[in-house]
Amino acid sequence: MSKQEFTITVYTENQIGLLNRIAIMFSRRKINIESLNTSPSEVENIHRFTIVINETEEVVRKLCRQIEKQVEVLKAYFNTNDEIVWQEMALYKVPTDIIAEKVKVERLLREFGARAVVIRKDYTVFEATGHREETERLIKALEPYQLIEFVRSARVAIIKASNGFHEKLKEFEQTEPGEDVIENEFLDKQDEVFTM
Amino acid sequence: MSNTTTIQEPATVAQPAAKTTTLSGSQAVLEAFIAEGVHTIFGYPGGAIMPIYDALYDYQEKLKHILVRHEQGGIHAAQGYARTSGDVGVVFATSGPGATNLVTGLADAQIDSTPLVCVTGQVFAHLLGTDAFQETDVINITTPVTKWNYQVTDATEIPAVMAKAFYIARTGRPGPVLIDITKNAQLQKFDYPGYTKCEHIRSYRPKPIVRKQYVEEAAKLINEAKKPFVLFGQGVILGKAEKEFKAFIEKAGLPAAWTIMGLSALPSDHPLNVGMLGMHGNYGPNVLTNECDVLIAVGMRFDDRVTGRLDKYAKQAKVIHLDIDPAEIDKNVQTTVPVWGDCKDTLPLLTSLVNKNTHTAWVQQFHDLKAKEVEAVITEELNPTTAEMTMGEVMKVLNELTGGNAVIVTDVGQHQMVACRYAEFNQTMSNVTSGGLGTMGFCLPAAIGAKFGAPDRTVVGIVGDGGIQMTIQELGTIMQSEVDVKILILNNRFLGMVRQWQQLFHDKRYSFVDIASPDYVVVAKGYGIEGQRIDSRSNLRDALQTMLSHKGAYLLEVMVGKENNVFPMVPQGCSVAEIRLK
Repeated sequence: MSKQEFTITVYTENQIGLLNRIAIMFSRRKINIESLNTSPSEVENIHRFTIVINETEEVVRKLCRQIEKQVEVLKAYFNTNDEIVWQEMALYKVPTDIIAEKVKVERLLREFGARAVVIRKDYTVFEATGHREETERLIKALEPYQLIEFVRSARVAIIKASNGFHEKLKEFEQTEPGEDVIENEFLDKQDEVFTM
Repeated sequence: MSNTTTIQEPATVAQPAAKTTTLSGSQAVLEAFIAEGVHTIFGYPGGAIMPIYDALYDYQEKLKHILVRHEQGGIHAAQGYARTSGDVGVVFATSGPGATNLVTGLADAQIDSTPLVCVTGQVFAHLLGTDAFQETDVINITTPVTKWNYQVTDATEIPAVMAKAFYIARTGRPGPVLIDITKNAQLQKFDYPGYTKCEHIRSYRPKPIVRKQYVEEAAKLINEAKKPFVLFGQGVILGKAEKEFKAFIEKAGLPAAWTIMGLSALPSDHPLNVGMLGMHGNYGPNVLTNECDVLIAVGMRFDDRVTGRLDKYAKQAKVIHLDIDPAEIDKNVQTTVPVWGDCKDTLPLLTSLVNKNTHTAWVQQFHDLKAKEVEAVITEELNPTTAEMTMGEVMKVLNELTGGNAVIVTDVGQHQMVACRYAEFNQTMSNVTSGGLGTMGFCLPAAIGAKFGAPDRTVVGIVGDGGIQMTIQELGTIMQSEVDVKILILNNRFLGMVRQWQQLFHDKRYSFVDIASPDYVVVAKGYGIEGQRIDSRSNLRDALQTMLSHKGAYLLEVMVGKENNVFPMVPQGCSVAEIRLK
């Protein structure tokens, strides 16, 4: 099995220290986290971690099971890139005078779907959203025009096949959950595991 | 965000009682212990946990506190207590060094699934992060070695948090929980709402749902098997499923071998007990692992010391894995049929579906290989022809004198392997050892705890001359609390297991394994503990008898052969079938 990019989505309680508890599951195995985002989820009080790593499917599956074992974790899913819709946001700061002079830049920005967030006398901040390659291409394009600062956010991702967590959570709240709550346990149907 | 569901508060929040009383946070901790059925606490006081100790002063009638000599001793004692009582072990330690001294024990309890609740004091909440005196980031230090941990900064949280702590520690796959309580929360007075036990946490599934389909598939495999083989671990003991396990193997006529954590779950003399697995296990079960057609693992986790080289481990067999922890399935060995659940529930289901069988010829194969091992190793170990005593013969005489009724606590190393190989048991929860972590220094404090966990039983702590010196300060605990433990030092004047490896794999380059010992009998005497040292076989039986019949603690040092090796042995990186008899 070869390594590829996986996006791990973890639904958790909102508790101090949980980020560390999850992060050390990766560092313990010497796995680099490419990108990590924590945010609210579609359900109030439930947090959602989006973690991107490069690993084999076997490692990712075992990792998700260990993550899910943590007391405050409700569920961990993992998906390949074609199973999700994802975006990253990037900000680019460039000198305004150069931007204003060079018409090409405007065209470039239009081409990359970027927009101006701030325009000041001294600098302008553009924002672009997209896949990594897209935001990366814009850096390349802006570099000749004195890119002053660049920053990119972590990946946020939506699972294409997911029906959301509302119904799942209702089951988790019952003392005796229904069978589909723990469908990750159907290990012999490994291809279907972790997809909702 | 909250457009659809209404989220209930977690079920752990205590329900307000009819009338409220005012308690301090410290009192609330002790009330929680009483409500959870705790009788014994192992601990050591210090600055940041003083309010709890102050409250404890008034609870001495209800809660027995054992003052240990070092926090590591405290947590190992709690582990010993948990292992012989089947209940949660409880520890107190102060902040900073007190808390960091717990780390080894937490790691040990985590890897060996021992239920513990540790309460550590912490500096005042307003001092957190200021490098205050005896402040350390206990929560982050202990995160990888606890099943759950939590820092309390407000006393009102205490009843619900303690309830959660005990629930998490003892349910599912048990493990250690650490609760860090800041000093202000210990002192804070609040309206005590009463104590409600925790029974459900929405993000925590202690027991997976038992799938009938898998049980049926497993039964089918067992019924079709010609050479089925059962491996069992501590899961049988933790699940209190010894009876269910016995019924299962007896009905289907399944030979069963144990991991050292599973030892004593099945009586030693049971006809289907075919011995010990792993690196220093018995010959038959190791060799036949690679010959069986169906491997049935019950409450064990395929540790590398059990499996040897994984890519040559039982490749011919279909694997059925019964475990309460879904993360264990497929972790090391690919499973054909996973049977999730508490084996207390799954074993009876399986028993009802398996056909009666005896597998006589197959079981005989284990006996045949046993005979080979007896000839090559066991006879000489138990009835040596050498002048020097062997650890094995000490075990043999000990077995004869205890009748297999004693609790045997071991440390780590050669004596541990010999003790586990030869100790006889006729009841469960009798073998206490540090399995997964291999913690030297475990024995003496764990033996203390084991005695409190099983006060009516004889507790023998078997320890090497290396391990005893790691936690020898706990003789002070034995003295002060008058703990009736028998300490049996098997002294080979070497760090024997490392020396054995140096002999076998490092050209006998004995690098720093030559360890000197004090006069243990004199040391014991200093603590008011009777003892003697023997170096001759002719005194062995009498000396062991004196130790066992002595009223109170006793220390017996037996001088054994300096360069004896433990065999059989599966060398590291080899398959279990390549086990060496010499």
